[in-house]
Amino acid sequence: MSFDNAYESLLGHEDSHWAFGTGFSESLVGVDREIPSTVDAEALAIYCLMLGDDALIMSQRLAEWCSRAPEIEEDIALANIALDLLGQARLLLSRAGDVLGKDEDELAFLRDERGFRNVHLAEIDCGPGPGGDFGTTIARLLVFSTWRLALFSRLRGSADPVLAAVAEKGLKELAYHRDHAAQWAVRLGGGTEESHRRMQAGLDRVWPFVSELFLSHDVESRLGGVAVPAAELKSEVDGVLEAVFSAAGLTRPADAPTPLVAGMAGRDGVHTESMGYLLAEMQHLHRSLPGATW
Amino acid sequence: MADELELAFERTVQAEARIEPRDWMPDGYRKTLIRQIAQHAHSEIIGMQPEGNWISRAPSLRRKAILLAKVQDEAGHGLYLYSATETLGADRADLTDKLIEGRQKYSSIFNYPTLTFADVGVIGWLVDGAAICNQVPLCRTSYGPYARAMIRVCKEESFHQRQGYELLMTMMRGTQAQRDMVQDSVNRWWWPSLMMFGPPDSESSNTEQSMAWRIKRNTNDELRQKFVDMTVPQAEKLGVTLPDPLLKWNEERGHHDFGQPDWDEFWQVVKGNGVCNEQRLAHRRKAHEDGAWVREAAEAYAAKQVKEGVA
Repeated sequence: MSFDNAYESLLGHEDSHWAFGTGFSESLVGVDREIPSTVDAEALAIYCLMLGDDALIMSQRLAEWCSRAPEIEEDIALANIALDLLGQARLLLSRAGDVLGKDEDELAFLRDERGFRNVHLAEIDCGPGPGGDFGTTIARLLVFSTWRLALFSRLRGSADPVLAAVAEKGLKELAYHRDHAAQWAVRLGGGTEESHRRMQAGLDRVWPFVSELFLSHDVESRLGGVAVPAAELKSEVDGVLEAVFSAAGLTRPADAPTPLVAGMAGRDGVHTESMGYLLAEMQHLHRSLPGATW
Repeated sequence: MADELELAFERTVQAEARIEPRDWMPDGYRKTLIRQIAQHAHSEIIGMQPEGNWISRAPSLRRKAILLAKVQDEAGHGLYLYSATETLGADRADLTDKLIEGRQKYSSIFNYPTLTFADVGVIGWLVDGAAICNQVPLCRTSYGPYARAMIRVCKEESFHQRQGYELLMTMMRGTQAQRDMVQDSVNRWWWPSLMMFGPPDSESSNTEQSMAWRIKRNTNDELRQKFVDMTVPQAEKLGVTLPDPLLKWNEERGHHDFGQPDWDEFWQVVKGNGVCNEQRLAHRRKAHEDGAWVREAAEAYAAKQVKEGVA
């Protein structure tokens, strides 16, 4: 767009000084989007929705901190993490869309709650709402990013070239998220009496949602060589968390079984009650103006 | 001695050179700068709220990413500007207290509510556009750290303005409901945008001294005229009407004539009686207070590390 104003000269045409670039260009340029003939396409779409919804819903929750963080630096950091996850969500929903014949926005805004396949850990309110505080948010981020990093590091070898590329790109991001959360966990765990109490309470609050992260799903078994079996991630996640807890002086809460409904959980589209409100807020504008272009 | 220092300061300013943090400067200059830069920093931080209001509801994932990145940039601007005040001996925590206790101001525009997603576009186009008009001259302001911070801020603001305009262009090409939404938003934001340049020169108390010190480079009315002249053709290209029956090109002056904003409303909002004054401050105060235990923990942890010889 040509834009005639007095400041154009200030701007120049160089993108590199922008934190996020100005182009928002497709980041998987050159990756073959053809679905390999050996891959179960329907299962692939479901798997991409699972991983994409985890990122989308977690991003939606993290973005709630915008303008509410304990200090400006942290406002910037949480927004950064939310943006990374939103980027991962867009790539994964688009990959599901390759199979389903839909675009990222149709998948994000026009699916009903039962169609979302994220784990409960991503959707629960961990603050700044009444469901938690900064300690709870850090506890969730620590668990979530440790788990997702373990998953993505294995997903790099996926037989689906798009999933492999998304994982490769996401690894650096997730390593930063995990590092950020671990540093805060150590700081809060070893800071003041109050911060220690709140950090431990945050961990206790999110822990009942941890076992779901390692539940096997039949979609994974239909995608040998493409998907990463969730149960495989447990020992790495346990090891990393143990190291952080030990440095932070935190106690690992007792494991609890995943609450199931007729044998189903988040991966089957069965969610906690908070999910409906989250989606109502996220989707209402898109749905209230059908046919609009944004 | 003091006279010599003052003379050297005057010479530096007159020669359009920069005053740097370690240079001598008159107390009034220092105070004026701290006040102005702090108000600017506060405006960036409070300004995160009206647009942040739409992040959770953004109607596409691309718009959500752009908006979140934009609000994040504003936090970054607040941070550089608070840092610039610290080069003058101010303290961020103290300035934050002044903001949340209502002892220092921020731009009144942020006391208006964002009611539809078109407001996100119109804020980018008009509010960021007006901010750029105010801020580009500050890239040449006499205080070095402020001038350098403003160069970066202006570059990012210019990008924000484009994004806002691009959103509005897209909406105007959409459905009738979207076009109506854009026009309604322009009707609500046009006059508050003109108010962003401050009261008319005849009523502005700070202008004269700030101009002499080269802190300020143009008067309120000059900048307002520049903004109107710049915006009219953009509005035409967009296909919206600006809600001012007196707005027309004046061949003789080579500028647009335009009506005056409702200055009574302006002063009411400045005094705290806008739709969102109380809400904006309460939001900022709550974030600050809710975060106190986190900041204390970080300090306590850092102090322990020093004691143990780790850091």
